[in-house]
Amino acid sequence: MTQTTVTLTPKDYKSEVKPTWCPGCGDFGVLNAIYNSMANLKLAPDQTVVVSGIGCSSRLPHFVETFGFHSLHGRALPVAQGMKMARPDLTVIAVGGDGDFFSIGAGHLIHAALRNIDITVVVMDNETYGLTKGQTSPTSPTGHTTKSTPYGLLASQFNPIATALSLNVSFVARGFSSKPKDLAALIEQGVNHHGFSFIHVLSPCPTFYNTMDVWKTTVTPIPADYDTRNRAKAIELAMETEKPYIGLFFQEERPTMDQAAHHLVQQAKEFDINQYMARYV
Amino acid sequence: MLNEVTIRIGGESGEGTISGGDILALAAARWGYHVYTFRTFPAEILGGPCLFQVRISDQPVKSMGDYADVLICLNQEAYDRNISDLRHGGVLIYDPSDFTPEASDHIIYAIPFNELARKEVQLYQTKNMVMLGAISGLFGPPLEAITQVVESKLSRSRKSNPILMEKNMLALEIAKKYVTEQLSKRDPYRLGTVEKADRVVLNGNQAVVAGALAAHCGFFSGYPITPASDIMEAMAKELPQVGGTFLQAEDEIAALAAVLGASFGGVRAMTATSGPGFSLMTELIGYASMAEIPAVIVDAQRAGPSTGMPTKMEQSDLSFALNAGHGDTPRMVVAPADVADCYRLMILAFNMAERYQIPVIFLSDQSLTARVESVDRNVFKPMEIMERIKFSENGANGHNEAVGVGAAEHSYPRYAYTASGISPITAPGPGALTYVATGLEHDEYGHPNYEPEDHTAMMEKRFRKLATAAEELPKPQRYGDEDATIGIIGWGSTEGTIQEAVDRARAKGYKVAALHPKILSPLPDRAIRDFIRSVKTVIVPECNYSGQLANLLGAKYGLQAIRVNKFGGIPFTAGEILRAIEEVS
Repeated sequence: MTQTTVTLTPKDYKSEVKPTWCPGCGDFGVLNAIYNSMANLKLAPDQTVVVSGIGCSSRLPHFVETFGFHSLHGRALPVAQGMKMARPDLTVIAVGGDGDFFSIGAGHLIHAALRNIDITVVVMDNETYGLTKGQTSPTSPTGHTTKSTPYGLLASQFNPIATALSLNVSFVARGFSSKPKDLAALIEQGVNHHGFSFIHVLSPCPTFYNTMDVWKTTVTPIPADYDTRNRAKAIELAMETEKPYIGLFFQEERPTMDQAAHHLVQQAKEFDINQYMARYV
Repeated sequence: MLNEVTIRIGGESGEGTISGGDILALAAARWGYHVYTFRTFPAEILGGPCLFQVRISDQPVKSMGDYADVLICLNQEAYDRNISDLRHGGVLIYDPSDFTPEASDHIIYAIPFNELARKEVQLYQTKNMVMLGAISGLFGPPLEAITQVVESKLSRSRKSNPILMEKNMLALEIAKKYVTEQLSKRDPYRLGTVEKADRVVLNGNQAVVAGALAAHCGFFSGYPITPASDIMEAMAKELPQVGGTFLQAEDEIAALAAVLGASFGGVRAMTATSGPGFSLMTELIGYASMAEIPAVIVDAQRAGPSTGMPTKMEQSDLSFALNAGHGDTPRMVVAPADVADCYRLMILAFNMAERYQIPVIFLSDQSLTARVESVDRNVFKPMEIMERIKFSENGANGHNEAVGVGAAEHSYPRYAYTASGISPITAPGPGALTYVATGLEHDEYGHPNYEPEDHTAMMEKRFRKLATAAEELPKPQRYGDEDATIGIIGWGSTEGTIQEAVDRARAKGYKVAALHPKILSPLPDRAIRDFIRSVKTVIVPECNYSGQLANLLGAKYGLQAIRVNKFGGIPFTAGEILRAIEEVS
């Protein structure tokens, strides 16, 4: 992580582009938490990249005054990992929605988890497809009626936290967009964590599936005396879906692929074509 | 005695046919000869027919040869499949314990490979060494040239298994002794001593890797696929040694996404794949074109469609490479003709990607990936490296600290409208001005913008880079007669074969010339138009069904070409193109 030498306020991380979200969108809370965490972390804007996919939430990089990579639907993770492998000096934060990370890009999530490359992922989960106007998403509850499930959703509901824990993710947390202070603290912890940090954020869509009132009453802070090194216990908490826990579920420091790769290059020499071709003489 | 011979070995995959052939080619090349190999093998790991062919000559070799001069069949199936490709009066070698050949005008040597390996050497796995010993005894190169290669190739296993090495050497000697004492040589093929030259011996994929490293590639991401996997494997090994990083991706979509992430970070980056993987990359080619991120994508074409024939040659991805992606997406396409091109054009591809901030597709093919050629070592020299044009304004460069933030002073016209279409760019780092890359249409500052004027101007800007490049990039050179009546336009790995056909046609009195564009996007319009105008008839030979270059030349220049298409999975021979020349004359 590269820090600035000048003092920056959350406002300094705000770009000139105005958010495109509906009034009351949970993503505003997430964006504010990101501004705050960036200021608290003193992230150098010129050495920070916010990478996203496609969707309402994936517009976020445009609203942040750092480098940004607004990629394709589902592709934020491979972009972010390639970037971090090639440029381990950068702070790389991947953001997007439940469609990005749990549907079209779900395959990438598995491998990002296994590699443990030092990036931070913030998933804004509204349990619906907002940008395309309200179809069902992997995190929609079974039976959910939408324009694409007029007879009710027949599939099971995806459990992001349990999935991340089962994939050996080294930092697993959940926040709520209406608790931006707590969320900012989790993002700071995630960025400071060496490895793949997965932060699942409940971020309601007021227009197509308003879960705000439900979540306001059901979210439950993880108990203060909870042991964040116990994966089995974390999975137990993750399976509680009626009263979703928020806070840090699990954290474990282990070698990251980007660090390992850059240990390999310590002995690197400049390429010499004449020397290289000797093998083919 | 002839100082040129084309030897084909047909056998079963897994019994050392290909590795034996490789040793033969390398030994001949190190001994001072020019070599050019061709091979086919099944996609399966073990079993199935495979063949190896090497053309060895004291003159530079441009194609694999029309016919085999010498055919070695290690089983009945190899005989059945290959005997029609043995020239009249050529040499057939077989083991009488395998099968009995039909009567023919060939010179036939029966050599008991199986028995020599089993009884004399007492190790059946040395059968390919027995074969090499026989080849050495009958045609050359001398046994010392072969043993040197065997020693260098097996040096590691020798330490752990000295008996195997001894047996290999014994097999070579026993077979050589056998053919010298038991056979009376009736053929004219005998490779004499030639002067040694400063050459290197390698295949197309190996040259691609050398080119990528010489082009300062700093990041590779890919997914295993035949016939491109060995590029990935070599990059995985070599990149850390020159300070680069490597990521084996979970699929080809992720591979190109990772490449674009690295490239956004200012690192020269590439991937390598074949048709099926290239199909998956399509969405990101569009993205790279729209967001103007440099990337080099090697497509080692194989026979399609779909999974097709993974180990067979075809030139059938040209239309796709030129057009892959929805919307109007400028990209650049280069196609190497030979092993030397794999090096030179790889460096050019990186330079094009970086200079024009565009995806560059490098269209190799299966035959070229595995084709071993002896190449003048001077080809592999350091070449000019072009970098992306960096944005620098008011201290955007050179300060080792973050600049102050705030919208007004922090954003810059990343996608500035310029005469060349090239907009100066920044990469993250101390003091760099920030921007957001996006696949949405955007204004000069990279902000999403859907205004008609903006989309029109931005589209024109992106395409303007192709026009700029067409002026700046090297032009193809005409080969053959200035006053030719027959012209041949080809692309990709067929160049040498076409040139050999041109040579042979001219020797017969035909007026022929060839043009072989290596850059297929942007096409060198003037050079192609001039060439078409200069001849009466144009032949377009392509290893594909639909005539993809012919279609393009028809659409762009109104050319009604004579199409010569071959799509069985095997490259052209010069004789086939020569026949086409004779037919139109």
